Amino acid sequence: MMALVRRDLRLAWRAGGGALIGVLFFLTVVVLMPFAVGPDLALLKRLGPAILWLGALLSSLLTLDRLFTADHDDGSLDLIVMSRQSLELSCLAKALAHWLASGVPLIVATPALGLLLNLDLEATAAVALTLLLGTPALTLTGMIGAALAVTLRRGGLLLAVLVLPLSIPVLIFGVAACNAVVTEGVAFGAPLSILGALSLVGLVVGPVAAAAALRQGLD
Amino acid sequence: MQLSGSGLACVRGGREVFSGLGFAVSGGEALAVVGRNGAGKSSLLRIIAGLLHPAAGAVQLAGGEAGELTLAEQAHYLGHRDALKPALTVTENLSFWRDMLGGTGEDLGTCLKACGIGHAAGLPAGYLSAGQRRRLSMARLLVAQRPLWLLDEPTSALDAEGQRLAARLMSEHLARGGLIMAATHGPLGIDARTLQIGASP
Repeated sequence: MMALVRRDLRLAWRAGGGALIGVLFFLTVVVLMPFAVGPDLALLKRLGPAILWLGALLSSLLTLDRLFTADHDDGSLDLIVMSRQSLELSCLAKALAHWLASGVPLIVATPALGLLLNLDLEATAAVALTLLLGTPALTLTGMIGAALAVTLRRGGLLLAVLVLPLSIPVLIFGVAACNAVVTEGVAFGAPLSILGALSLVGLVVGPVAAAAALRQGLD
Repeated sequence: MQLSGSGLACVRGGREVFSGLGFAVSGGEALAVVGRNGAGKSSLLRIIAGLLHPAAGAVQLAGGEAGELTLAEQAHYLGHRDALKPALTVTENLSFWRDMLGGTGEDLGTCLKACGIGHAAGLPAGYLSAGQRRRLSMARLLVAQRPLWLLDEPTSALDAEGQRLAARLMSEHLARGGLIMAATHGPLGIDARTLQIGASP
């Protein structure tokens, strides 16, 4: 399993890998937003967490597209399916590598982007914490869609249609937890625990569902 | 050990490719699968590898090692697509497949040399020629031990020396008691029975 994680991480960071594309997209969305919204600092502060979360959601969608198709196109997937390691574990390994390569950089970039959105230290930390808990759920549910779309030639659009509805709860609770910090008097713990629960459910369901989808899609 | 299939039928895109196909191969034996283009040679190999569901019939491997392993887990599959990542070096590609396929101990350098690409070990796989990629794929057969080799056009893109090399690797595998099924148009260079799919060309 670690062999697969190592290989996917290497591929993501080599030239042409997906890791930097995701972060770059995230940066672009968030940097452009203040220009689009205008110089209203109070408004930016209120929208900040939502913008960061939307950027993270869309950029994870961008890199999920290649999660299985790259391996399918060059025949690696056939051999991964045939190997003695269970397909569920292989899927989990791919999800882990995807999260490390494209989820963690988003979290690292968040403090710098918080500055642009007029978020104070506390709010930025809250966004980073919710992203840390929520991005695994995005990767794990997205993986199911990626596995379903793998055999289609241009599965990217189908992936978005399949995955976005599943990501809505993550988005809602992620932003709710952040807003609880920005606006006083709302509980922070409850949405945060639900966010963690979503990730844990994804951890259990995601690899099993993705492996089943891959077995069905073999052809 | 013996690999056998009976009453196999394959349907692709609603069209029947072949039906009622049976074969048997035992340890130390090679079977060359021949037939015109589109006869279903590759499909047959993918069915045996468990990558394609047969419309009818079944394949089984009798007398293998530990009964826990499925047929696919005891097989090497060398397909048209070479499962190499252009961004990784030759050694990185091979060492990943060794770990993934559960190979133990086999020295990567030795395997690469045996396949005649030892000099390219540090090169990204994207720079390899078609023949060199084929040789690297063959090195994958050596880094992990599997009794059954399923080879789809193993000698395509290989030069004369490469074809002799492939023949030597295959005969060594047979000498160890392994099984080989190879879809091919040309001569394999080893003693092999022939399984004809469809009408002769």
